[in-house]
Formats: sequence, C-alpha cells, structure tokens
Amino acid sequence: MIVHSIFFYTFSVIAIVSAIMVIVSKNTVHSVFFLILDFISISCLFIMIGAEFLGMIMLIVYVGAVAILFLFVVMMLNVAQQKNQWFSTTKSSSHIPVGLIISLIIFFELIIVIGGWKYKPDLIISLSSLDISKEITNTHAIGNILYTDYIHLFQLSGMILLVAMIGAIILTFRQRKGLKRQSYFKQISRERKDGVQLVDVESNKGVKIDV
Amino acid sequence: MDNTYYYLNLLFVETYKILFLLIPVLVSVALIVWLDRRVWAFVQKRRGPNVVGPFGLFQSLADALKYIFKEIIIPASSNKVIFILAPIVTMTLALIAWAVIPFGENFVLADINVGILYLFAVSSLGVYGIIMGGWASNSKYPFLGSIRSAAQMVSYEISIGVIIVNVLLFVGSLNLSDIVLAQQKIWFVVPLFPMFVIFFISALAETNRPPFDLPEAEAELVAGYQTEYSGMMYAMFWLGEYANILLMCAMGSILFLGGWLAPIEIYPFNIFPTPLWLILKILFLFILFSLVKAIVPRYRYDQLMKLGWKIFLPLSLTWVVLTASYLFYFDLLPTN
Repeated sequence: MIVHSIFFYTFSVIAIVSAIMVIVSKNTVHSVFFLILDFISISCLFIMIGAEFLGMIMLIVYVGAVAILFLFVVMMLNVAQQKNQWFSTTKSSSHIPVGLIISLIIFFELIIVIGGWKYKPDLIISLSSLDISKEITNTHAIGNILYTDYIHLFQLSGMILLVAMIGAIILTFRQRKGLKRQSYFKQISRERKDGVQLVDVESNKGVKIDV
Repeated sequence: MDNTYYYLNLLFVETYKILFLLIPVLVSVALIVWLDRRVWAFVQKRRGPNVVGPFGLFQSLADALKYIFKEIIIPASSNKVIFILAPIVTMTLALIAWAVIPFGENFVLADINVGILYLFAVSSLGVYGIIMGGWASNSKYPFLGSIRSAAQMVSYEISIGVIIVNVLLFVGSLNLSDIVLAQQKIWFVVPLFPMFVIFFISALAETNRPPFDLPEAEAELVAGYQTEYSGMMYAMFWLGEYANILLMCAMGSILFLGGWLAPIEIYPFNIFPTPLWLILKILFLFILFSLVKAIVPRYRYDQLMKLGWKIFLPLSLTWVVLTASYLFYFDLLPTN
C-alpha cells in the first residue's frame, strides 16, 4: 500500500504543480509543455485506479493529437509576444473579477457534487443499475455500455462532431479563382508526343511554335 | 519487514528483466544501422562500411566512439532546457515501448490488457522529441523541419490507428499476446494484405524514413530538426530514430506476420525458440525498409499530405466497414 501511495502522491503533485505552471509561466510554449506533463500525469493516475483504457485514450487523444495542435498554433502564431503584452498592461486587472466569478461558480459546483456524494453514499451505486462484472477488462465494460445501452447517444455525439468538423471546413473555405492546380493523373499520363516536337529549322528563318 | 524484502526483491528482478530486454535492443540498433547502410550500398552497387571488424560489423561502435568524443555545442540563443530534453525524450520514448512487445507465450516484460493502445500512444508521442528539438534550436531550418514532421506524423498516425482497428476486429482483444495467438490458423497478412501495404507505407512516414524524410530533407533543410545538434546529443536522436524503426517493424510483424509464431507448426520449424521467429520477421521488414530507402525518390510535401488524408484514410476506413460487415455476416465476430 505504501508503494501505491508513493506513486499516487508523486503523480498528483506533478499534476497540480504543472497545472499551476501552465498559467504562471510567461513563455507560452512552456505553458503547453506543462499542459502536456499535466495530461501525462493524469493519465498515469487513471491507470493507477485501474482505468487503463481511459488512461491510454487520454494519452493518444490529448497528448498525441490535441496538445500537438496547441503547440503548432502557439509556435506558428507567435502568441508569446501577445501574452507578454497582456501581462505588462495595466488593463489586465479588469479581467480578474470575471475570472474570479467563473472559478467561484466551478468551486461551488464541485462542493455540491462532492457534498451530495458525502450526504448520500449510494448515489453513484444507485445510478449505475448496469451490472459491471469485475472479471472482464474495462475496455470490454466500456464497449458493452457504449454500444448497447447508450448506442443512440454515442451515434448522436459522433454526428455532432461531424457537423462541427464540416462547419469548421465551410467557415474557413474560400474558393480562389485562377489558381493553378496540379493533377497527378494529368502529370503521370503525359507522354513524349504531347510535350516534344521535332522541328527542322532553316538557318536565319526561325520557327513559330503553337503552344 | 517482510514487505520491504518483497519489494526490494521485486525491484531487483524487474531491473534485471529490463536490462535483459534493453541491452539486446540497443545492441541490435547498432547492428541495424550497419545493416541499413550495407543494404543501401548493395542496391547501389557500392561496398558500404566494410573496414572496421569482420564485414564492417563494428562500424556503428566506431561511430559511437567518435560521437562520444565530440564536443556538445549548445547554441547561445537556444532554449537550453528543452534543447537538452529533446534527444532524451526521443530516446526514452523509443525504448519504453519495447516493454509490451511479446517474444513468446508468457515471454513479455509487461503483459498489459491495452498493449496495442500503449504501443500506439508511445509511437504518437515520438513527435514531441522532434518538435522540442526544432523549436528549442531557435533557428529557421530546424523549426521548418519540426513543423513539417509534426503535420506528417499526426496525419499518418490516423491511418495507422484505423488499420489497427481492422486487426482488432478479428482479435477482439487489445492484448498483444492475444493478437499473436489469434493468428495461429492464418496470419493477418493474408486477409488484410492491402492494410499491410498501407501500414508499411504509413510506418515509413511515421518514422520519417525515405521517401517521406521531408523533416530532414538535406537538399532543402540542411538536416531538419537536428541541424543544431552535435556530439552525443545528435547520436541520441539517431539511436532513437532507429529504435523507433525497429519498433515499427516489430509492430508490423505482431499485427500482420504472426509475431513469434513459426510459419508452419511442424517438426523442423517448431524446435527453434520463439523469439527467433519474431527477430527474423523484424529483420525481414527492416530490409524492406532499407530497400525502399535505396529505390524510391523523395515525395513532394503536398503529395505526402494528399496520400495520407485523401487516399490512405478513406481506404482504411472503407476496409474497416468491409471487414466488420464480413465478420458480422458470417457470424465470425470474436465475442466473449
């Protein structure tokens, strides 16, 4: 048990410290790297409570894809300068009340959730009338629940994601006229007789080539 | 007190096992670099490295010695912490993935339930070493190289993920040993041959091998993300890269070529120890990798992206639908 708690506290301390460093560090790229560290330690915590599937999905989706896009944007857009300006201007203090209100709301929500659990310990057990046996792995358990009981909601969430994707493409799509496009098929199917023409040129006459 | 002895014992045993796995991997990385250069030279009718030791086998050792004695130069305007971390990250990520590779039945360091997801996750993290190195160098060429490789690796990861789904439909388990044992009757390369080809090409792109070595295209970007690196730090990038290539070959042989299983389960084949077959399959895939390097010219960047998103992704998605429909219609889906 001692070993277990050593690992637990190591990962949670890393998670909390790196979460704080995300908002404290002045360099935006460092912020993203701390965010990645945060994701990794949280996925380690997931694995420690036996939710290995969630932990791995966390690694693949958040660290392997989302955080890379964050890094991409931060590196390309030079957000670092803007963040520095934001820190140095006096106007930044006007954002603090809004932030405080939002964080207070989240804090009270957390208190309500945890308090409700404390008040009625069988709340979560009564919610899950689905019987999940301990013998099957949690990949099987998640699959069973997602694809049998909640299949319609699952499909619906997929549709919502698809709509969001198409929306993003349509919003940023612009058709440009007169753009030269390369067609591989045309490039590959081009033959010698289409491109080369042998012409006998008399001296001092020149030749006119139709293009 | 007993508990302490138990944990100490566990620690020693596990450390011993890890060393027993990592040292062969590192040695084979050194040998594989030599093999790569020899195959490359063979195709181009050159001799390749043949001076140091028998057949030039110790060439990589000599190179490593050279790298160790070279000075490590850290650019003055670089971001020093991340600059030093980048090769370490590459190397570490390339080595930790070997923990789940099964060399035989019950002959695996960590037999976890989600082995294939772990492999996929670690190989998708590999891009961080490159991005960190490119950004921290604070120089144009490395940065361009790292941006290119980030886009490339993220794109090809998706098709690799979908191909893995194809295999998982046949197996019904994320455990790597189960995946190998499911191939006892027939290797998955037979029913899923088009997926094997796509996996092979995506693996080339994922490990930045030619013809997809745009992140380090020497004619355009000097050496890409490793331009500013020198000495042992450059060597670590290089070792990590080759360890990753070996890992991709191992993944390919486990998913499609039956892992540690012998080609036929009859007398002369099944007396050999099981790791031998896995090693032979990895070597076969690796020789294909180096042949491709010698034969095919480099892709243009837009062609690379088009191949990944417009050809491989729809093709592998369609194949998932086909596989699933086939298994469903003939009632072959693995259920328990």
